[in-house]
Amino acid sequence: MLLSVRDVSVRFGAFEAVSGVSLDLCENQWLMLAGPNGSGKSTLLRAISQAVPHTGSVAIMGRDARAMNASEIARCVGVMAQSHPAGFGYTAREVVSLGRYAHRRSLFSPGDPDGSRLVGEALERVGLAALADQRITTLSGGELQRVFLAQVLAQDPRVLLLDEPANHLDPAYQRQMFALIDEWRMQPGRAVISVVHDLSLARRFGTHALLLHRGRCAAQGEIDAALTGENLARVYGMDVTAWMRELLSAWEN
Amino acid sequence: MPSHFRPRVYLLFALLLLAVMLLCICMGSVAIPLSDTLTALVCALFRKPVPEGIARAIILGVRLPRVLLGGLMGAALSLSGAAMQGLLRNPLADGSTLGVSSGASLGAVIALAFGASLPVFSFGGVVAMAMLFALLSMLLIFSLAFALDKSLATNSIILIGVIFSMFASSLMSLIIAFAGERVKTITFWTMGSLSGAKLPQCALLFAALVLCGGVILLHARELNAFAIGEDNARSVGVRVRRVKVLVMLAVCGLVGVCVALGGSIAFVGLVVPHITRLVAGPNHAKLLPASAVFGAVFLMLADLLARTLLSPVELPVGVVTSMAGSVVFVVVFYRARKAG
Repeated sequence: MLLSVRDVSVRFGAFEAVSGVSLDLCENQWLMLAGPNGSGKSTLLRAISQAVPHTGSVAIMGRDARAMNASEIARCVGVMAQSHPAGFGYTAREVVSLGRYAHRRSLFSPGDPDGSRLVGEALERVGLAALADQRITTLSGGELQRVFLAQVLAQDPRVLLLDEPANHLDPAYQRQMFALIDEWRMQPGRAVISVVHDLSLARRFGTHALLLHRGRCAAQGEIDAALTGENLARVYGMDVTAWMRELLSAWEN
Repeated sequence: MPSHFRPRVYLLFALLLLAVMLLCICMGSVAIPLSDTLTALVCALFRKPVPEGIARAIILGVRLPRVLLGGLMGAALSLSGAAMQGLLRNPLADGSTLGVSSGASLGAVIALAFGASLPVFSFGGVVAMAMLFALLSMLLIFSLAFALDKSLATNSIILIGVIFSMFASSLMSLIIAFAGERVKTITFWTMGSLSGAKLPQCALLFAALVLCGGVILLHARELNAFAIGEDNARSVGVRVRRVKVLVMLAVCGLVGVCVALGGSIAFVGLVVPHITRLVAGPNHAKLLPASAVFGAVFLMLADLLARTLLSPVELPVGVVTSMAGSVVFVVVFYRARKAG
């Protein structure tokens, strides 16, 4: 078991963004977090990575996350946020290198011999080798998205938490990045949780799903059992599958 | 990510600092030949008597401490500015953002206005009071920050700093309004001045620079992470709150000592890091040392202008830094934009 989340709630003042959610994540799973806007998907991810205070418990590879420091967590869990800051003109390579921070922290430790190789590989895999030394302030939204995906790959964690990984990506890169993540999570000892709005992507790549509605778990389980038309209709308040088919029909003839 | 400067660059920095120092010692109301300056410095270094006919008192007693203090203060202020801009991810931040410099100024103004001083302090009442108030305001700002927002969010820090500064400034204005004939002294002090520098003061600032500056330089990687984004910093494994507290304490220490010794010299901490960033890039492993060097050079030269421009009248160095700083910044920024 890579992650074990028990009865996690997150409160912002009087508003409870996540209420009593539990989940387990095992090797090679890709858990899709789905749900309407404001249902608490990103907040749940942030609670798992200990970026917001929460009640309930999160165990990362069997250890209580509260007892772990930031770099211990970072060696197990890599997070890609929904939007990316691009202040100051750092180069893509500098941003990706930061992913190695937790592996080469202390002043007297022997350093990170694999660091620069992993950074180079990560840049290569997201198709940014040619732009590695360009300043991030000059990159497009999709390129920036790939820079931060490369950072989290260079971080080499056991679990990836991805908030909207398809953001800003054109269809070609969407396909390439999802294939990349799919391949990544199939290796031993790894798993992925991602927030996706595109439910077709969720069905196509997810092994499991957790459907959130107003901070609560509305359905949970294997992908086909959790993301049923019935569950989606209940949560989104519309016939989602009919809408998907209608969109698809625009491509017929 | 720390692609540090090569040793060659550091050698270049050292030569630059030495050259500017010598220039600033030689030039002034009385011009001193370079050979005399070198002889006096070497003799002083090896504790030998300075030969007759060399203006020993001017070189070693007046100019050297003043130039040293200017250099150290320039380095300290721009190092603090660079660290705060990265830490708070805010191009308008500098060492004074936290409010400690206003607190220190308040202490100095009280000392100047009421002649208050602490006993057993060789540096005199103004410096001692400014240090004491720097320390007090640091304690107050940090306890306020922790009480209002345990996570020490960037916006809370900036707000608390700005509000504390305003409060301290209003008290200062109040005191100045009732200061009578001492207004002139107080005003001159608040604009910043390096006159009356002594070697013990330089030693004190040097110690602060080694200690606090060392803490800042050791956090170059963390500052890079903060400059990219605090959330991102946390997720790559930076202990966000600890680093914030450490760096801010170091900045407070540096700025407090600087204000106590030379008044609040504006603009160095804000503009020098920006100019340096245009030249050296945003990576703090290079930005921090380069900022310190450029800050030292900048303030030494600004002080040279302050004391020679309208000689024998001396300008407040803070006015010179603000004027020269804005012009230099516009020129450099314009060139960098044009070069792309």
